[in-house]
Amino acid sequence: MTDASINPAVPKRHGSLMSADARTAKRNAAEKRFQMYGMAAIGAGLFFLVVLIGAILSSGIGAFQQTFITVPVYLDEAKLDKKGNRDPAEMAKVSTFGYNPLIQKAVLAAVEEAGIETPLKKSKNMKALLSASAAAQVRDVVLANPDMVGQTVEFRMLASSRVDGYLKGRVQREDVARDKNIDAEHLDLTDALREAGIVSKGFNAGFIFGADASESRPEQAGLGVSMLGSFFMMIVVLVLSLPIGVAASIYLEEFAPQNRWTDLIEVNIANLAAVPSIVFGILGLAVFIQFAHLPQSAPLVGGLVLTLMTLPTIIISTRASLKAVPPSIRDAALGIGASKMQATFHHVLPLAMPGILTGTIIGLAQALGETAPLLLIGMVGYIATNVPDGIAAGFLSPNSAMPAQIYEWAKRADPAYYERAWGGIIILLVFLLTMNLIAIILRRRFERRW
Amino acid sequence: MYDAPLFTERDVTANTIKIGARGVQVFYGDTHAIRDVDVDIEDKTVTAFIGPSGCGKSTFLRTLNRMNDTIDICRVEGDIRLDGEDIYDKRVDPVQLRAKVGMVFQKPNPFPKSIYDNVAYGPRIHGLAKNKAELDEIVEKALRRGAIWDEVKDRLTAPGTGLSGGQQQRLCIARAIATEPEVLLMDEPCSALDPIATAQVEELIDELRQNYSVVIVTHSMQQAARVSQKTAFFHLGNLVEFGETAQIFTNPEDPRTESYITGRIG
Repeated sequence: MTDASINPAVPKRHGSLMSADARTAKRNAAEKRFQMYGMAAIGAGLFFLVVLIGAILSSGIGAFQQTFITVPVYLDEAKLDKKGNRDPAEMAKVSTFGYNPLIQKAVLAAVEEAGIETPLKKSKNMKALLSASAAAQVRDVVLANPDMVGQTVEFRMLASSRVDGYLKGRVQREDVARDKNIDAEHLDLTDALREAGIVSKGFNAGFIFGADASESRPEQAGLGVSMLGSFFMMIVVLVLSLPIGVAASIYLEEFAPQNRWTDLIEVNIANLAAVPSIVFGILGLAVFIQFAHLPQSAPLVGGLVLTLMTLPTIIISTRASLKAVPPSIRDAALGIGASKMQATFHHVLPLAMPGILTGTIIGLAQALGETAPLLLIGMVGYIATNVPDGIAAGFLSPNSAMPAQIYEWAKRADPAYYERAWGGIIILLVFLLTMNLIAIILRRRFERRW
Repeated sequence: MYDAPLFTERDVTANTIKIGARGVQVFYGDTHAIRDVDVDIEDKTVTAFIGPSGCGKSTFLRTLNRMNDTIDICRVEGDIRLDGEDIYDKRVDPVQLRAKVGMVFQKPNPFPKSIYDNVAYGPRIHGLAKNKAELDEIVEKALRRGAIWDEVKDRLTAPGTGLSGGQQQRLCIARAIATEPEVLLMDEPCSALDPIATAQVEELIDELRQNYSVVIVTHSMQQAARVSQKTAFFHLGNLVEFGETAQIFTNPEDPRTESYITGRIG
């Protein structure tokens, strides 16, 4: 033992506590610097997030509003039901070409009644204001209610995408000189009709619930049917990947012996998680469509491909959450004579459940936003035109999916589709954020501590 | 250092042998963890395994109910018999063995379920109760024998993980005895407990001796002296000495035993 520590003759090794020595100051400066880097990184991330959300909202929010023309249409019996017996089968012979003149006349009549001065004196001139879907809309209503023929009924019809674009600021007066679809007189008329309340903007339910429309009718295109396509795909993914993924993980984690084979499997699962999704797409094309002859463009095939893609994610997250259950719980169960399976299913699995569900939801969210594999199995294009009739058709009839529909819209030439692509992204993001939120809530609520 | 252990005059009758181990070798991969151990565990007796860390006493304890089976690289050789039956025989299902040879672990490990469900789990999976009333009875009996009934009887539905460390360990003991084992293995049951909880558990062990054969691994030599009738001293995977506790602590035959209990090696 030594008493050197209390010997005053020994020189002091440390300076005053009141001022930092050079080394401490340097250390503190380094720490400050590191914190600054961290904050700068977070700041940059937040900035990009704000820019991204701002860009999406400013470009896409317009898709949720649409311009409508509301006019009373006289449903002329002489044109629509020549025999006058109100037989829908007979009336169905009149195509939309028979309805167009009636609607155009009705718009012109409304223009005249409102006392609007315009050089466009012919009913034909009204065509540019109306969506090509207007005639079909009126026809559908009339065929469903044949008694309407001969009466004057008020219809709220879609305006053409140019009129819509003009009211939303997408179509400028400078541009119309080069536009074959609309001219300055029509824009003047649109302004006047808007003041008269005949042309108005309203909430666009058709965009959320409707089907895709052809290239010339962007005002009619909606995401609803491809949303159903996504829904059916997600059902396939959930039903297949959750049980397969969880069973595989439980076996690998709890039962499989640790040897070269399981190591190999483990490495390959990790590799699969990193395989580009387009590879799964071409695999799906080769195996499910060309070999197994499943229908093209069907959500069933899309779901199968996405299942392949989601499985590694689910297996990895399930194994991680099984690993996180302390071994003492397994020991406890085994120690009182539970079999391995009882220990796993009674004790380990319930504790791992929140993690498994979170992983599954994240995997599903990933699958929901996946586009590339769908390109290869034919789920992109002008497909999502009709609501599938029935559940079997939902799985087997050609459909698109939300992200594929967005891609399809972004590809189309008409700038009106550009707005709809962004609007679709908003809907997709709402779905993804909701799923992630559910994952977080599940984790918070069911997480147990030990 | 430590007070001279108080040896109560326990009559160590020649009990029947519950577990007999002969020439037991345990390997972890290439490591030879247990070398040629012969031990007889008597019925209605507390047997203590002592020895420095890593000497193999816990490993040997876990071979007695085949808990080592869960470790892939672990290999056991030799002959271990429970009531004359070889527990490593191919026909033996470790699940049945563990129902007979219960285990309490070093760290209290109640299931994250209610106190009631913790204790009821064993009887449920082994089908010991025909109905709810019988199960209630078994749970109450186990908790009473685990000396924790009075503390938890009003909150049987509360989570077992919400109890204090000592209570959790007694709950684990109650859980282990609810399945009516014949042998109870305890792997350092008091290492995570404070002195008061330790005293309670030790008292409990002494009571359990009436019905069970208890094997306890401990680092505390005082504890071994207090609760056990037989003591085995392990060192570097060898069983150095095995005998009456009083004799091991007062008059050890092997110099290594003496060094250990007097604190020179460890």
